Amino acid sequence: MATFGVEDLKKGLRLKIDGKPYLITEFEFKKPGKGQAVYRCRVKDLITGNTFEKVWRSGDNFETADLESLTVNYSYENGDDFAFIDQNSSEEIVLTRKQLEDKWHFLTDDAECELLLFEGKVIDVTLPTWFYAELTTCEPGVRGDTANNVTKPAFTKTGWEIRVPLFLNQGDWVKIDTRTGEYVERVANPNDIKKK
Amino acid sequence: MTSRRSNPESLRVLQLRSRLLGALRAFFASREFLEAETPLRLATPALEDHIDAIPAAGRWLRTSPELHLKRLLAAGASRIYQIGPCFRLGERSERHREEFTMLEWYEAPGDSLTVMATTIDLIRACSQALGKRRDYFARDPEILPLADAFRRHGLDLDAAIAAGRFEEELCFRIEPHLGLSRPCFITDYPASMAALARRKPGFPHLAERWELYVDGLELANAYGELTDPVEQRARFLATAELRRAAGRVVYPLDEDFLASLANLPPCGGIAFGIDRLLMALLGTQEISDVLSFPEE
Repeated sequence: MATFGVEDLKKGLRLKIDGKPYLITEFEFKKPGKGQAVYRCRVKDLITGNTFEKVWRSGDNFETADLESLTVNYSYENGDDFAFIDQNSSEEIVLTRKQLEDKWHFLTDDAECELLLFEGKVIDVTLPTWFYAELTTCEPGVRGDTANNVTKPAFTKTGWEIRVPLFLNQGDWVKIDTRTGEYVERVANPNDIKKK
Repeated sequence: MTSRRSNPESLRVLQLRSRLLGALRAFFASREFLEAETPLRLATPALEDHIDAIPAAGRWLRTSPELHLKRLLAAGASRIYQIGPCFRLGERSERHREEFTMLEWYEAPGDSLTVMATTIDLIRACSQALGKRRDYFARDPEILPLADAFRRHGLDLDAAIAAGRFEEELCFRIEPHLGLSRPCFITDYPASMAALARRKPGFPHLAERWELYVDGLELANAYGELTDPVEQRARFLATAELRRAAGRVVYPLDEDFLASLANLPPCGGIAFGIDRLLMALLGTQEISDVLSFPEE
């Protein structure tokens, strides 16, 4: 396992602490003229996404984190498994519904995704930012109610609940931000566009 | 004809640095100090617990001119100063450069208090000469023992040292508050942090050492100098052992310096960061604001 010293710490560096991968998001070097150097860092846990502050001093050593990024395309769903194809090796990588957390709601055929692997295990999935979906369940809009910021619940085919403006109806298509899972705007039905 | 581009910012830095260097040399000339020159490449850089030298063709670049300046004092000089580059491995931040400009001066006869009086006069003279922050530097400085500075923030100095948290507490909890409305001298460091200082007369658990802070920025470190060759050798050897145990480079003992110590008169001395003095005069926290070549 490759190791490095505290003097090599910098913003953007990824390292392993107590067996888990972390990212340095902020970095500050302080040193009294006659004293020991101290390194104050803001550190992000790459598995949970939590950040915290950590102070290290000269003499501390670290292990590099064995992290790998793969570009894959979503292929198919089989029960609770979701299969992706690695663009480089063409190998199939299967993730479970649990591993994908809410993200399985936003998968479209062939979508290009980024997988972050730590010691060979997938710890994060980045989807295309925009996901387009049909509203399969949506109460009818109430005519005349044009107040801003009034929303109603609606559901996509997979059962993902979003808040949408009152003017949307069942069968309308919407754009969803896959980072937040929230409604962005109404869009045209992509099937209609294809027909033209 | 070559084309020349004017850069107002680098021109301004050049003018400020030149005026500051001129003010410093005029100040020392008026007090009959001699300007010294000492070697830049050393076979035996001073053994310090936490200062590392940059290798240079079988030798090291000086981290400070201290040992050679003391040899000049031992040879009979009484008031000397030096302005020039020093180098410290791995020190780079918005307040540090591995290569920086250091002023050191020594006064014999003298001690840390005579150096403090000279320091107050010097920073006021520089403030006047550059027309910068005259009100701030004219104020009576605060003199604050290190343990009191810790206490002020609910911290115990001895406990912090015992827990290995001295630098962390100093840098993040205490320093940002030092010298905000007037210059601040932190005094009475523990004897374990004396390096080349003598023990404070009558207080053997303390070092005769102080540091100057402006705007939370450490500018200078001063000693009543240790003149005892036996104690100095013992301290160097302890530092060598500490460095060896930590797997760091152990520099050879400077036997010429140790031999000269027997002739060193009672004196005070100081190492003063000149880039930082200019930062303090301009009221900036970024060393890149005061360098002609900040990217180097």
